[in-house]
Amino acid sequence: MSGPSPRMGRSLLLLAPLFLFLIGFFVWPLFSMMSQAVSDPAVLRLLPRTADVVGEWDRQSPPSMPMQTALMDDLRAVDDDQALGDMVRRLNSARSGFRTLMSKTTSALSDTANPPPDLVSIDKRWEKPEFWIAIADALSPLTDRNLLAAVDLGRNAAGAIEHLPADQSVNRVILVRTFWIAALVTFFCACIGFPYAIIAASLSGWKRDLMLAAVLLPLWTSLLVRTAAWFILLQEQGLINDFLRAIGLIDAPLALIFNRTGVIIAMTHVLLPFMVLPIYSVLITIPKNLMPAAASLGAPPMRAFLRVLLPLSLRGVASGGLLVFISAIGYYITPALIGGPGDQMISSIIAFYATGSANWGMAGALGMVLLVATLLLYSVYARLSSDEPGRR
Amino acid sequence: MPMKIAKFTFALLTILFLVAPLVAILPLAFTSSVILTYPIPSWSLRWFEELFFADAWRRAIINSLIIGAGTTMLATVLGTAASLGLRNRLFFFRGSMRTLFLLPMVVPAVVLGVGMQVLLARFGLINSYAGVIIAHTVVAVPFVVVSVTGALAGIDERVELAAQSLGAPPVTVFRRVTLPLAMPGVLSGAVLAFATSLDEVVLTLFVAGPNQRTLARQMFSSIRENISPAIAAAAFLFIAATILIGLVVVLSRSMLAKRTRPAAS
Repeated sequence: MSGPSPRMGRSLLLLAPLFLFLIGFFVWPLFSMMSQAVSDPAVLRLLPRTADVVGEWDRQSPPSMPMQTALMDDLRAVDDDQALGDMVRRLNSARSGFRTLMSKTTSALSDTANPPPDLVSIDKRWEKPEFWIAIADALSPLTDRNLLAAVDLGRNAAGAIEHLPADQSVNRVILVRTFWIAALVTFFCACIGFPYAIIAASLSGWKRDLMLAAVLLPLWTSLLVRTAAWFILLQEQGLINDFLRAIGLIDAPLALIFNRTGVIIAMTHVLLPFMVLPIYSVLITIPKNLMPAAASLGAPPMRAFLRVLLPLSLRGVASGGLLVFISAIGYYITPALIGGPGDQMISSIIAFYATGSANWGMAGALGMVLLVATLLLYSVYARLSSDEPGRR
Repeated sequence: MPMKIAKFTFALLTILFLVAPLVAILPLAFTSSVILTYPIPSWSLRWFEELFFADAWRRAIINSLIIGAGTTMLATVLGTAASLGLRNRLFFFRGSMRTLFLLPMVVPAVVLGVGMQVLLARFGLINSYAGVIIAHTVVAVPFVVVSVTGALAGIDERVELAAQSLGAPPVTVFRRVTLPLAMPGVLSGAVLAFATSLDEVVLTLFVAGPNQRTLARQMFSSIRENISPAIAAAAFLFIAATILIGLVVVLSRSMLAKRTRPAAS
């Protein structure tokens, strides 16, 4: 037998490749996404010279001449109108009046025939330290603006946190919708999955195998195939509408696709196995003679279920429910294909900010909200399933 | 008795709910119509022809195979090595390492996709096969780790000790004893990694360019933009592949069970 140290070295050597791979391509991406959320170099990028001199300023005295010259040089060097607009927007949100001040200043600076000697000669406001404080603060590459905006908060002129006006408050609606859809899907999965698992656990032989195979087959099938299948079933000329019309239940086709109903049906189907399997694995560890014992002691079936089977299987229901809920809040494909514009969940909005409008700050901030929610729920799930008795 | 009928009906309806959608899509792969609805006017293989000969679909299938093969190799090597390292019970960070290795299964794909796009763009790996393979490997590797650790846990360590005591150096013990015993787990891990890569859409949306369009990605955009029975044909291909993959997994599991049972008794 070899000593512990070469064995330890070998283990480390074996673990290192995957560890480094995941640090590089899993942890680092998540961190760079989060740093996108809190970084805002819009001002710093345009005013590098100002950044150099403002750092030495005491934030009280009137602006020195080098500060004014540096800012003038920086503003003259700006050739990107959109970046300039971004900067002015950020400065104006910190201190109102910046918009007019900046447009006055830039037009005065572009007058090359008659160059102004300093900024104060363009506008008296440049004497006031408040405007320079706003610039100095905005030069910091860190911001909480995106994170606050992700939950519909913002800072007012005085720097206090307050609610954004209703016309800008879209994210909270989507967050609430995401959790609501996930909760509904979890509820329906529990309503179908719990009795299903009880029946499967009470059977034996080929009947039990059949019931389990019916759960495993969709689990193994491509998510895209399952979504495509629901697309076909739910559409206006789809099998469900055809069937309901054939038996005379409805006259006009029901709207089942591109709305909430379709999303809930398809997601319940996709996530049902994640509910059934954890409950089933808990149920088969419960001794079979408990329910007959309760019955022999005079408990009616309902009471026996409520007092014996339900408490014993609750752990399975909880971990199944968490698993379904965690998966549901991060869903993208099914709502994107089956849902309408009013059914898009937080993932769709993140994807929109990232690929549609290239607003990486907001994509990162909303991603962070989703990531934190997922990891919190997962840690509860991991605790629930790790100290499960009777399992390896 | 009514209780029994209610149970039976409930079970039957749920099985129908679970399986019927998968069955319903299959016949549409053989329709001759251009729209994806029943009834089927007449049978034809035109959509399979479209799948294998139309440029967009054929390239998507080839891309899926290239990316799937790359992902399978990378994930299997990394995952198997790490699982072997995780066997060491004296290792202090064993638990947190395992959690890190499994975490990519939990993190929402869109969140990972946004971060991956930012990072791979910085490395110049965006819109490249290497970038897509790396992204797929991150989400495929947990399946390899779960599968191989499971297989390794079933190995009786006395077998390896016996080989060692007979004078076999560690490399020989690994090559002649450990690896063959863990092989079913490695194989099913590889199969699961391939299946994960085949079905991955969200990360692909973020990191792949038009030249790395995979079959799943192509299906996604054609459901979104111009739905045609080619989707059903592709779904047929997927389901056929799933059944094949399922058979491989089941066979390798039963092989594993056969091998470990005498050792455990």
